Amino acid sequence: MGEAIAFYVIAAFILGFAVLVVSTKDTVHSVLFLVLDFLFVAALYVLLQAPFLAAIQILVYAGGIVVLYLFVVMLVNLKRPPEAHQDPHRRTKLGLGLAAAVLLELGAILVYTSTRPATAAAATAALPPVTGNTEQVGWLLYTNYLIPFEIASMLLLVAMIGAIILAKREL
Amino acid sequence: MIDTFVIPLLKIVIVLNATLVAVTYMVLLERKVIAWAQSRLGPMRVGPYGVLQPIADAVKLMIKEDITPVRADKWVFTAAPIISMVPALIVYAVIPFGPEVNLFGRQVSLYVTDVNVGLLYIVSVASVGVYGIILAGYASNSKYPLLASLRASAQLISYEVAVTLTLVSVILMAGTLSMVGIVRAQESGHVWFAFVQPVAFVIFFIGGLAETNRAPFDLPEAEQELTGGFHTEYSGMRFALFFLAEYANMIVVSSVATTLFLGGWLRPFPNVAALAFLDFVPAWMWFLVKSFVFLYIFIWVRATLPRYRYDQLMRLGWKFLIPLAIANLVVTGIVKVLLL
Repeated sequence: MGEAIAFYVIAAFILGFAVLVVSTKDTVHSVLFLVLDFLFVAALYVLLQAPFLAAIQILVYAGGIVVLYLFVVMLVNLKRPPEAHQDPHRRTKLGLGLAAAVLLELGAILVYTSTRPATAAAATAALPPVTGNTEQVGWLLYTNYLIPFEIASMLLLVAMIGAIILAKREL
Repeated sequence: MIDTFVIPLLKIVIVLNATLVAVTYMVLLERKVIAWAQSRLGPMRVGPYGVLQPIADAVKLMIKEDITPVRADKWVFTAAPIISMVPALIVYAVIPFGPEVNLFGRQVSLYVTDVNVGLLYIVSVASVGVYGIILAGYASNSKYPLLASLRASAQLISYEVAVTLTLVSVILMAGTLSMVGIVRAQESGHVWFAFVQPVAFVIFFIGGLAETNRAPFDLPEAEQELTGGFHTEYSGMRFALFFLAEYANMIVVSSVATTLFLGGWLRPFPNVAALAFLDFVPAWMWFLVKSFVFLYIFIWVRATLPRYRYDQLMRLGWKFLIPLAIANLVVTGIVKVLLL
C-alpha cells in the first residue's frame, strides 16, 4: 500500500518534470528540470530495491552527463527571438510518424504485460549465488550478460576515440 | 517505533547540528591558525581569545541586506546556494562516526544509516553539488562569477575522475561499498588502508583539496583575477550558505579520508596488543581526532603553499594524477588476484 502510494507520487513527479523539460522556454531551466527528473528516477530505483542502480543513475546522469549539457547550453547563446526558431528543414511528418511508432510500441508492451502476468518465480530462480545488490549486479554483468557488457564497453571506447579525433584534428 | 523513527530522527538532528557548529568553528580555527602562521593574533575581540567570533559572524550575515541583481535569473539565483548546501549535508548520513555503543541500556550505532552502496552514495551526492557552483555563476548574469564557475566546475569534474579511481582501489581492498564494511575490513585486516594504499591516499588528499576549492587549488576564488569568485554577486545569508557548504565539504573529505584510509573509529595499530590500553579512549573520539588532523592539514596547506596557475592545475590533474590513479588501480587488481 505504502509502496504503491510512493510509486504513484514519484511517477507523477517524473512525468511532471519531463513535461516541464520540453515545455520550458529557458533552456537552462529545462536542463535543471531534467536533473530533477533523473533524481526522481533514482528514487524509483530505490523503491524497487536497486540502490546500486539509483546511485549510478545519480552519478552518471544527474551528476555527469547533464553537467555537460549545462556547459553546452551556457556556452551557446540560445536566447534567440522566437521567429528564429522557424526551421525550414523541419520534418514535422517524420517526427509525428516516429512519435506514433513509439506510442504504438508502448501500447504493445502494455497489452503484452497485462495479458501475461509477470513470471516472478522464474526471475527469482535465476538469482545469482551472491548477496547484496551491488554484488548481484556485478555477478550478472560478468556471467549472463558478459557479451553485451563487452560490446557496450567497445562502443564507449570507439566513441571516446572518435571524440578525441574530432576535437584534435592534427594529432 | 522507537528504533525505526525516534532514534534515527534524533541522530539526524544531532549530526546536522553538530556539523553546522563544527563548520562555524572551522572558520574560526582557520582564521586563528593562519593568523598564527603569519605572526598575528587573529580574532581576539568577541569573547575570550575570540571564541564567540563565529556567533558574531552568523548574526552579521543574517542581518545583512539580501541583494538579488536586477538582471539575474531569480529562481536559479535563489536555488544555487541551496543546491550547494544540501549535498554537503546529506552526505553525513552514511559516515560512520563510531561502532555500536551501549547507550542507556540500548544498542545504538554511531551512524545515521549504513547502506550497501555507501561510498557510491557519497560520490554521487557530491557530483550533484557541482550544480550549485555552475548555477551560481550562470544566474548572477555577471562576467566574473561566470568565469569562476566555469573554472570551478571544470576543476571539480577533472579531479573527480582521479578521486573516484582511488576510491575504486580502496573498494578492491575492502570488497565492499559500505562505509562501515570498509572500517571492518581494516579491523579484520589489521592494517589501515593508508599503509597498503599510500598512492591512493596521497591522490585522494590532493584531489580532496581540489574538489573543495581549497588552496593551492582555489582558482575559482582567485581574488586578484576574479574579484570574489562564483559568489561575487551574493550577499547576506545566501553568501553564507556557499561559505558553509565549502567548509562542510572540507569536513566531508576529512571524514571520508579518515574512514577509508585511517581506519575510521579504530585506534592506532589495531593489531598491536601492547597498545590495547588506548581503548580507554572512546572509538568516536579517535574518529574525531583523525578528522581534525586532516582539517588542520587543510588549513596548514593554505597558509603555506602559493596558488597554482590554471594550466598547471589541469596538467597536474589530467597528466599526472589520473594516470597514476589508473596505474595504482591496475597494480592493486593484479596483487589482489595473485594473492587470492
